[in-house]
Amino acid sequence: MRVVLTGNHAAAYAALLSRVEVVAAYPITPQTQIVEKLAEFIEEGRLKAKYIRVESEHSAMAAIIGASAAGARTFTATASHGLIYMNEMVFWAGNARLPIVMAVVCRALAPPWNIWTEHTDILAQRDTGWIQFFCEDNQEVLDTIIQAFKVAEDDRVLLPVMVGLDAFILSHTATPINVPEQEDIDRFLPPRKPLPFILDVDNPLTHSNMTYPDQTMEFRYRLQKAMERAKRVIVEVDEEYGRLTGRRYSGLLDCYRCEDADLGVIVMGSSAGDAKEAIDKLRDEGYKPGVVRIRVFRPFPREELREICRGFKAIAIIDRDLSPGLGGILYTETLTSLYDLGSRPIVQNYIAGLGGRDISVSDFKLIVRELYRSIEEGVETIPIRWIGVEGVKL
Amino acid sequence: MSLKIKDLPIEDYWLSGNPSCPGCPASLGLRLLMKTLGPKTIVVIPACCSTIIQGAYPKTSANFPILNIAFAASAAAASGIVEALELKGRSNVNVVVWAGDGGTVDIGLQALSGAAERNENIVYVCYDNEAYMNTGIQRSGATPYGAWTTTTITGKKEHKKNLPLIMAAHGIPYVATASISYPIDFITKLKKASKIYGMKYIHLHSPCPTGWRFPSSKTIEIGRLAVLTGTWVLYEVENGIFKLNPPSNVLIDRNKRKPVRSYIKIQGRFSHLTEKNIDELQRYIDRQWETYLKLLSIGKIY
Repeated sequence: MRVVLTGNHAAAYAALLSRVEVVAAYPITPQTQIVEKLAEFIEEGRLKAKYIRVESEHSAMAAIIGASAAGARTFTATASHGLIYMNEMVFWAGNARLPIVMAVVCRALAPPWNIWTEHTDILAQRDTGWIQFFCEDNQEVLDTIIQAFKVAEDDRVLLPVMVGLDAFILSHTATPINVPEQEDIDRFLPPRKPLPFILDVDNPLTHSNMTYPDQTMEFRYRLQKAMERAKRVIVEVDEEYGRLTGRRYSGLLDCYRCEDADLGVIVMGSSAGDAKEAIDKLRDEGYKPGVVRIRVFRPFPREELREICRGFKAIAIIDRDLSPGLGGILYTETLTSLYDLGSRPIVQNYIAGLGGRDISVSDFKLIVRELYRSIEEGVETIPIRWIGVEGVKL
Repeated sequence: MSLKIKDLPIEDYWLSGNPSCPGCPASLGLRLLMKTLGPKTIVVIPACCSTIIQGAYPKTSANFPILNIAFAASAAAASGIVEALELKGRSNVNVVVWAGDGGTVDIGLQALSGAAERNENIVYVCYDNEAYMNTGIQRSGATPYGAWTTTTITGKKEHKKNLPLIMAAHGIPYVATASISYPIDFITKLKKASKIYGMKYIHLHSPCPTGWRFPSSKTIEIGRLAVLTGTWVLYEVENGIFKLNPPSNVLIDRNKRKPVRSYIKIQGRFSHLTEKNIDELQRYIDRQWETYLKLLSIGKIY
């Protein structure tokens, strides 16, 4: 079925098709349409689920944790301040290894108040033990949330998953979407299996009780191993979904025209579309750049990224986020992954699009041209560039 | 037909040999709770003494399922369990929150208020030992006026927050106070609560030998004095009807209440109080009683 949906409604349809059983959520712009739509599905009887209308995001995640520990398939959605407010419980869900799925509409943090897109909110959650996806378009939002349940509930993984979509650019922009048939998704995603750690009065156990220092590291080690195994599972699930629907997303990294590229633009989220368009135009001018879109930020695709960057003379890392005092978060993680690569490309960081500022096709073109200039001139490092900020020019 | 202790099952689900302090009211309360509600019970525990006394991984003192959860989160987490069980048709399970006073009257109040407003089918029990005992006796909103704690070394300047009445103001089906020293009253209220659909709140006064500075053999005696002096009042609000329970119901006459002095003089946390301080505590207790008598005269308060 092909319908026109916003990114938010695509997320709600994904939860519907995944037959989620408990939703707990608190409204925040720009996530509201997701939870409004889910409330509608539930009240109209289209989705057999409970909707807990909690009084805060902290309670939203706490309620979801309780429901997930009791064996239900659970879903929530939030953004920005809501995500940061639930931070304690986000860690709790990750460390508890509960297969929760959450849509995060990536939005800037105040002050000053700003409701538009930025990735700093979701990237601040990178150490919580959650798998993190970033989507390029609304179709991918729908497909990734369905995939996310399959990944989260896989015995080899058992980790919560957050799926990031950019505020307004995806959340409120309606585009034609292929909505899969329910029976196909039912085959792809059967009901959640009862796990060994479900709260059960006939088989009592205590969840998350205290551990001494001689036990705690083993839990973290197992979490790390689950993250490492998740990489393979994400690819497998993406392939299986591709066989079912004809759509797949190359697993962890989406590489665009990288086969013969001598330069790469590394990007996350919706601006990948603009980057791809810029690259097409530059290819027409005789340049040979490619785009690497990081689809999965946790587990970080270290090996895959190294493999692709091996062939580049230079890379531009576009951060729609900021770690003040250092620079871009994606930049830092990429550099860490490339450190022992041998012959490393020139790596340049661009801070762009904070608080919803446009990153245009011409911005990407300027970025790529500057990188080619750096290669020619043999410049190895340039200070971090702030795209579009007055006084900072390319 | 009133319950007797001997009517309770011989089985214990809260096991002996747990690492609670001698004379611990929380351990006693949890044992009574599980004996009363039985094994078809899931207990949610936020950060509190019971986090510790259930034992460290991989051992546990609990022969019933527990979900440990963050400090502010217990009522919300219990809501999630309740809704998941209802959806899966397993509604014959009691979902209980067992939380300390800090996790209830302070940091957990928002989630508790939300769950009460939604009328979630939970039995919420606050075991109130009147300070953050697990972290080492810091003042909470439930600490009484004058009490020494490690963050009020000259005595707390404010009176105790009256959470049971705040919960009653939510209009939930059942609110009750109880005392660890009156187990029949406590288990009767628990049994009643477990048969009512919706949010039930029981506030269990729990004298703590470690934090209140009294010998561990005196827990029950001090809890009784709290009630007999009128400092802690046993009542229930069932579907809005306010009712005093024995022995508080015979303490309406001020002359029948023991002076507060007899309650505080055997607790180290009050040892520094001046006559003026003691008078202030007594005045506060008398004022509280005026409120309860008004509620009694109204009868149905919501």
